[in-house]
Amino acid sequence: MALLNDEIRKNLTEVFSKMNKEVTLAVFTKEEDCESCKDTLDFMNEIEEVGEKIKVKSFDIEKEASKAEEFGVKMTPSIVLLDSDGKDHGIKFYGIPAGHEINSLITGIIEVSGSGEEMPDALRKRIDGINTPVDIKVFITLGCPHCPGAVAKAHKLAFENENIKAEMIEAQTFSEISDKYNVSGVPKIVINEEHDLVGNQPIEKFLETIENM
Amino acid sequence: MGFELNFDSNSVKSDVKKIDENKTYDVLVIGGGPAGLNSALYAKRNGLEVGIVAEKYGGQVLDTSSVENYLGYESIPGEDLVGVFREHVEKYDIPIKKESRLQKVEKKDDLFHLDLSDGSILKTSTIIIATGSKPRKLNVPGESEYLGKGVAYCAICDGPLFKDKEVVITGGGNSAVEAAIDLSKIASRVKLVQRSVLRAEKALVDKLTSKENVEIYLGTQIKEIYGDKLVRGIKVYDKEKDENYEIKADGVFVEIGYIPNNEPFKDLVKTLPSGEIEIDCSCRTNVDGIFAAGDVTTVPYKQISISSGEGAKAALSANAYINKLIK
Repeated sequence: MALLNDEIRKNLTEVFSKMNKEVTLAVFTKEEDCESCKDTLDFMNEIEEVGEKIKVKSFDIEKEASKAEEFGVKMTPSIVLLDSDGKDHGIKFYGIPAGHEINSLITGIIEVSGSGEEMPDALRKRIDGINTPVDIKVFITLGCPHCPGAVAKAHKLAFENENIKAEMIEAQTFSEISDKYNVSGVPKIVINEEHDLVGNQPIEKFLETIENM
Repeated sequence: MGFELNFDSNSVKSDVKKIDENKTYDVLVIGGGPAGLNSALYAKRNGLEVGIVAEKYGGQVLDTSSVENYLGYESIPGEDLVGVFREHVEKYDIPIKKESRLQKVEKKDDLFHLDLSDGSILKTSTIIIATGSKPRKLNVPGESEYLGKGVAYCAICDGPLFKDKEVVITGGGNSAVEAAIDLSKIASRVKLVQRSVLRAEKALVDKLTSKENVEIYLGTQIKEIYGDKLVRGIKVYDKEKDENYEIKADGVFVEIGYIPNNEPFKDLVKTLPSGEIEIDCSCRTNVDGIFAAGDVTTVPYKQISISSGEGAKAALSANAYINKLIK
């Protein structure tokens, strides 16, 4: 059964028609013990159908462990967005970006295609100034309307600066990791393992936290 | 796991018109909820040059799982209602600055200059403040310490994290009772704790009391939220029995009403001790050229239908004000 209905397909086709360059969705799954792997891959294949410039490459995290290592993928299901040169910008999704999170998936794809929104100069300067490695985890639930905003901002930072990596983590699928990071409110943003932010924070707040580390 | 897609085409369409920093607007609407969106619609239809600055495009309705008291819709998810609003507004090509917070307002000559969080500055003849409100806090020990560690203010966001756990909901209004009903489907036990009585609509209370895993504690005041790394429960005082005791819980959802988002206007326009911006029946504040509408104002009853109506009124008042300026 198709996951996307006709109306969403129509809308997505329109949105993706504005993509500048090609984007590859590297999807990592495994055969056993992965409840949402099949849904995630089916979902991405349907996204490929509606986006002329979208390609899906599917990998098995166990059988193609070297690929997983190359992109730093540790869990399934997961999606890494690659640009037209196959370059990884540090933009990852752990868990299916369904529910509200489809919106951050779309924003991420548009971003990596090179058609993202322009940054005001003042912000761009601050982002360019970050020269140490930054790892951002954004924990979300699929029913949370303001979570995609937090994910999109973290991904934007990753896209703009090579030192920054950002991943969405769906809290219910990865409940053990969520417990480890004491996630009981979303979106929860964890920067370099120890700096927590709760809520859809403005990009300035991300930067402030990173700059003060 | 549900595979429902809440696709929000408006948030990703890049053809939404951008706000122009070099332009002088007739009216800039601050806020993207029902009051803000309706005022923008009315302003545009009256021929005004209008733009919206919205930190949260859609407003608080986005956090409402289902709306059942907006005329014309028997029952509609909050975000679908917002979607309909936004679609309507966007038909008119109204420029929108999203995810932007207003930091400072200055009056220079006859214009207001608005400083936004991303560094841009916008100029306008009039302002409509429609910034809404945010959840009120309990102000008890443990509340801020356990924020995001069991203390929550958005039941539809954080509810799924409490599957088969015990949760407390505090409050007695419609939002508290709605949250309790929603959570009763996820959590193993739901305990509604309210310091006085339930003020929610009867239809909602009846629905709540029909749930088997819900306990209701009235006349019960929360004194403290305690836990270790995460919330473990609350300490309460039962007024009638004059007794202190503890209620076990993994999560505490605070739904005790809202406080107005009056920053950064509170030094500019008159506000009441409640924080609400004082307006007259034409949505005028005490400052010429600044209007306000919806939950941020003194207008009683914070409802979607009331806020959208107030938004319309604010736009019509701004239009009348601008017409007088021109003459």
